[in-house]
Amino acid sequence: MGRARAFLVAAAVLLVGRRRKRRLRPGEREPIVAVPAPKSPDAELVAIGLLFAAAACGIAFVVIYVLDRLPAQTQLLGLALGLAFVFLTAALTVTAKWLVPNEELEDDYPEHEHPEEQERIAQVVEESGLTRRKLFALALGAAGGSIGLALLTPVASLGPALHLARFYLTPWRRGTRLVNEQGEPYRADEIEEGSFYTAFAEGADKEGLASSIVVVRLPRNELELPPENAGFDARGILAFSKICTHAGCAIALYRKPMFAPTDPQPALICPCHYSTFEPATGGKVIFGPAGRKLPMLPLTIDAQGFLRAKGNFDSPVGPSWWGVRMKKPTS
Amino acid sequence: MRRLFALALAALVIVPAARAQTGDVTRGRHLYGQYCIACHGANGMGVIGGRSEGQKREGPPLAGVGALAADFYLRTGYMPLHEVGKEPRRSRVLFSEDEIRALVAYVASLGHGPPVPKPRPERGSISEGLKLFTDHCAGCHQIVAQGGFLTGGVAPPLDRATPTQVAEAIRIGPYLMPRFSPRQITPAQVNSIVRYVEYAKNPDDRGGWAIGHIGPVPEGLVTWFLAATALVGVCLVLGKRLGRG
Repeated sequence: MGRARAFLVAAAVLLVGRRRKRRLRPGEREPIVAVPAPKSPDAELVAIGLLFAAAACGIAFVVIYVLDRLPAQTQLLGLALGLAFVFLTAALTVTAKWLVPNEELEDDYPEHEHPEEQERIAQVVEESGLTRRKLFALALGAAGGSIGLALLTPVASLGPALHLARFYLTPWRRGTRLVNEQGEPYRADEIEEGSFYTAFAEGADKEGLASSIVVVRLPRNELELPPENAGFDARGILAFSKICTHAGCAIALYRKPMFAPTDPQPALICPCHYSTFEPATGGKVIFGPAGRKLPMLPLTIDAQGFLRAKGNFDSPVGPSWWGVRMKKPTS
Repeated sequence: MRRLFALALAALVIVPAARAQTGDVTRGRHLYGQYCIACHGANGMGVIGGRSEGQKREGPPLAGVGALAADFYLRTGYMPLHEVGKEPRRSRVLFSEDEIRALVAYVASLGHGPPVPKPRPERGSISEGLKLFTDHCAGCHQIVAQGGFLTGGVAPPLDRATPTQVAEAIRIGPYLMPRFSPRQITPAQVNSIVRYVEYAKNPDDRGGWAIGHIGPVPEGLVTWFLAATALVGVCLVLGKRLGRG
């Protein structure tokens, strides 16, 4: 019974509310039903003070900017602007809390506006006779399927699928000289034990992934090259791709023992995820996430004492992808 | 007469200097026998596979390393080493100035080796130093020389390395560090690197807090955990109702 009455009252209110608004005459104001604003001259003063403080900080910012010779200029600029915003926020907070009247009113949710129409639409949908149900399902399936396919397409970015040849291409061939960053060729006697050198293929683009290599020299009696890398060293000088086989970072770290009997053995390390490769065994992975050995470049020393490549890398250069082991590198 | 006087004067200056030199070497030999000989062997011959009192006693030969290496290892506190095979770390220097001088003189007398370098950072250029440091050092030591890690070792921060020690370390390559010959990094380039390392000890932090000079990770942490928390607190204050809680 009470519900019915409440419903009637709500309906009446709705009906009354739907009546058109009376137009106001000029100078007349809509009457507002609200609690009177709190009278707090103190809060007003505080808010005004804070606004002036914000203004002062804003001006200070301009002054500091124009002076351009204070010791901690950047910090002062930040402080001035930051304080300006803090003061502004505080002023607005004081205004909102102590100066503007606050009132809480509770209201019921309104009824559905057109309950009958909504029911009729539901009925229409229910009774409609789709004559091409199969075609409709097919079209719906096509829409859903192709949108799903569109969302899955970026998976192709996980690895190359077309034009694979360029991933095996390197600028190295038999006789290519090793040059430094300035393009000067490396002599074999420049390469010293305990140090490491970055070299590039002579005449090739230095930015090319397969162009840059690291060169180290180890005592020949410490070499344990596997059979497939036999003869890759030139009197103890070894060359490897500078690109890590894990994610393609540059191998920038070389560790070498100060005193071989007690210290860790020589290794090339990638600083990104600490993949660690052992030069003495032809670039074997001894630590870290890399999944395959560091590509090794066979070296030789020509009659003038310059370092030259004796062929191409033993395995493809660059970060690994699904088909990286399928082919050998080409020149 | 004048020539004789000059000769006498020269003798007065040179002989005590020479005697001080030989005196240092003698004193150094005694100190060496006391503190170093167990691992580095008699006359700096080195020891491989040695043991005593259940501990490994091994060390590289010192003949030919010169004053440069001895000066570096003693003044950084790298030597004496706590445990054979461990990475030497910067620690309290255990020898007095006189003892270090004596030991350096003795090690230098063991063979022909490089003298203690005298870098002149004021002759170097910071920008060249930055480039060289990026090429040769930053991979391990981090770009503002804060140090870093590699598998099997630690690259120390360089905040306490003196110009001489930086110049020495470049030539020695202590522990796992590569060494760089004068052909690879010339003495003039060493000046620039040293100047950059000196600069990196106190770089001008235009942004305010340095937060370790190690890049965006600590900066992001500060943003999220300090700034964002403060902002959430402000939002709570703003949204709080007056009087009714």
